[in-house]
Amino acid sequence: MTVRSIRCLMFALALALTSLPVAAKESITIAAAADLKFAMDDIVTAFQQAHPADQVQVIYGSSGKFTTQIEQGAPFDLFFAADISYPQALAKAGLTASAPTPFGTGRIVLWSATEDARKLTLQDLAKPQFRRIAIANPEHAPYGVRAVQALKAAGVWASVKPRLVYGENIGQTAQFVQSGNAQVGIIALALALNPAFAAKGGYAPIPDTLYDPLVQGFVITRRAAHDPLAAAFARFIDAPVAQAILRRYGFAGAH
Amino acid sequence: MLLTADDLAALWLTLKLAATVTVLLFALGTPLAWWLARSRSRWAHPVAAIVALPLVLPPTVLGFYLLVAFGPHGPVGGITQALGLGLLAFTFPGLVLASMLYSLPFVVQPLRHAFEAIGERPLEVAATLRAGPLDRFFTVVLPLARRGFVTAGVLGFAHTVGEFGVVLMIGGNIPRSTRVLSVQIYDHVEALEYAQAHALAGGLLLFSFVVLLAVYAGQPQRRSF
Repeated sequence: MTVRSIRCLMFALALALTSLPVAAKESITIAAAADLKFAMDDIVTAFQQAHPADQVQVIYGSSGKFTTQIEQGAPFDLFFAADISYPQALAKAGLTASAPTPFGTGRIVLWSATEDARKLTLQDLAKPQFRRIAIANPEHAPYGVRAVQALKAAGVWASVKPRLVYGENIGQTAQFVQSGNAQVGIIALALALNPAFAAKGGYAPIPDTLYDPLVQGFVITRRAAHDPLAAAFARFIDAPVAQAILRRYGFAGAH
Repeated sequence: MLLTADDLAALWLTLKLAATVTVLLFALGTPLAWWLARSRSRWAHPVAAIVALPLVLPPTVLGFYLLVAFGPHGPVGGITQALGLGLLAFTFPGLVLASMLYSLPFVVQPLRHAFEAIGERPLEVAATLRAGPLDRFFTVVLPLARRGFVTAGVLGFAHTVGEFGVVLMIGGNIPRSTRVLSVQIYDHVEALEYAQAHALAGGLLLFSFVVLLAVYAGQPQRRSF
C-alpha cells in the first residue's frame, strides 16, 4: 500500500467517524448476572419505551467477575448481582452510590435438553446414565454455591461430584446442557423459563429448603452517583411493569 | 510458596497437556510440514491456509465449533459415541484434540520453514550416494532442520500452556482433568483471591519470558532488526 493510499484511507476513516449520527441523549451500562439474561432484556425493552432516545446497554456475566471489574474501575453504572452479598461488598468498599437493594429471589432447577426432566429429582442424579452434570462454578458463581448445597442436602454429593462439570457462570452452565454435552444441569429457574429453553426437555424445581435463598440485589455504582438515567432505571425496577417481568421469570418474592 | 494443592494439580495437568500435545503434533506436523514444503500440488495453498487458521481466528470460534462438534448431535460426537468412547467435551482427550488444532501452526510453520531452507541440493547429493527416501530424511533432513524442530517444540509447548479461551469453552473446569493453569488463574481472580492469582500469573510470566528468550537466543545472528 502506498503512502498516498494510506492517507486516503485515513481521510475516509476520519470522515466516517465525524459524520456518525449525533450520540443518543444519554447512555448507561448495566452489569447483570447471567441468570437475568432474559428477564433484564425484557425490562430494558420496557424501560426504553419511556426513554426512546436514551441508550441502555447490558453486559451479562458472573457476579464475582463484575465485582472484581467494578473494584478496578469498570465503567458500569448499575450492577445487578445474583447474590446481594456482592453489591454489599462493593458498598463496604465505598464503591457504590446507593444502598444494595434486593429485587427478587432466584431459584435453582434441574434441567435437561435431551430428556424429560420434569419428573427428575436430585436423587435421580445418582444414576450413571447422567454421565456429565453441569453446575455453575461454586468458587465464584452464587448459583454454583447453591447447587452444591442442594446436592449435599439431598445426600447425593459423593456420587455426583466426580461427574460434575463447571460453567463459568449460570449462562455457560445452561449452554453445556443445551448443547447436549452434559445430560442434565442445575440452572436458574429464570433461564429455564425462557421460551427457547422451555421447549426442550422441561425442568424440575429443586425444593428451596435445600439451599440458602438467592437474594438478588442491585446497586448504583459510584461513577453513576449523579447520573439521572441510572437513577431512573433503579426506580423503574420498582414499577409494576418491571415487577411483573421479574415474577414471570420466577424471581418470586421481590422485596 | 502460596500454591495450594489445586494450583499444583493445575500446574501438573498443564504440563501433561502441553507435553502430550507437543509429542502428537511432532508426529502429525512433521509429515504435514514436509509435504507443504515440497509439494507443488494445487492443494498445498488451501492446506497451508487451513493450518494457519488458528493464528487468526479468535479461540471462541474454535471453542464454539468444537463444543457443537463434540456434542451428541455433532460429527465428532457421533463417531466417539459409536465407538463407545462417550463424548469428548469436558475430558482430557477432548482437550488434547482441541489443543492440537489450536497449536498446529506453531509447530508446522517453523518445521516447514526449516525444511524449505534445506533446499533440493543436499537431498540430490544424498540421492546420488544411493540414500533412499527414509535414509535421506533421517540422516540429512533431520540434522539440518534441528533448529526448526527445537523452535517448533518450544512454541507448540508454550502456546498450549498459554491456551485459555478454547479450554474455558469445552473444558468444564474439572479439577485434575480439564482445569489448566490459565483457567485456575481466572477462577482465582473471579473469587477475588489476588495473592494466589499473582503466584500463578507471575510464574507463567517468567516461564513465557524464559521460553521466548531461549528461542531468540538460539537463532543464528544473521540479521539485526
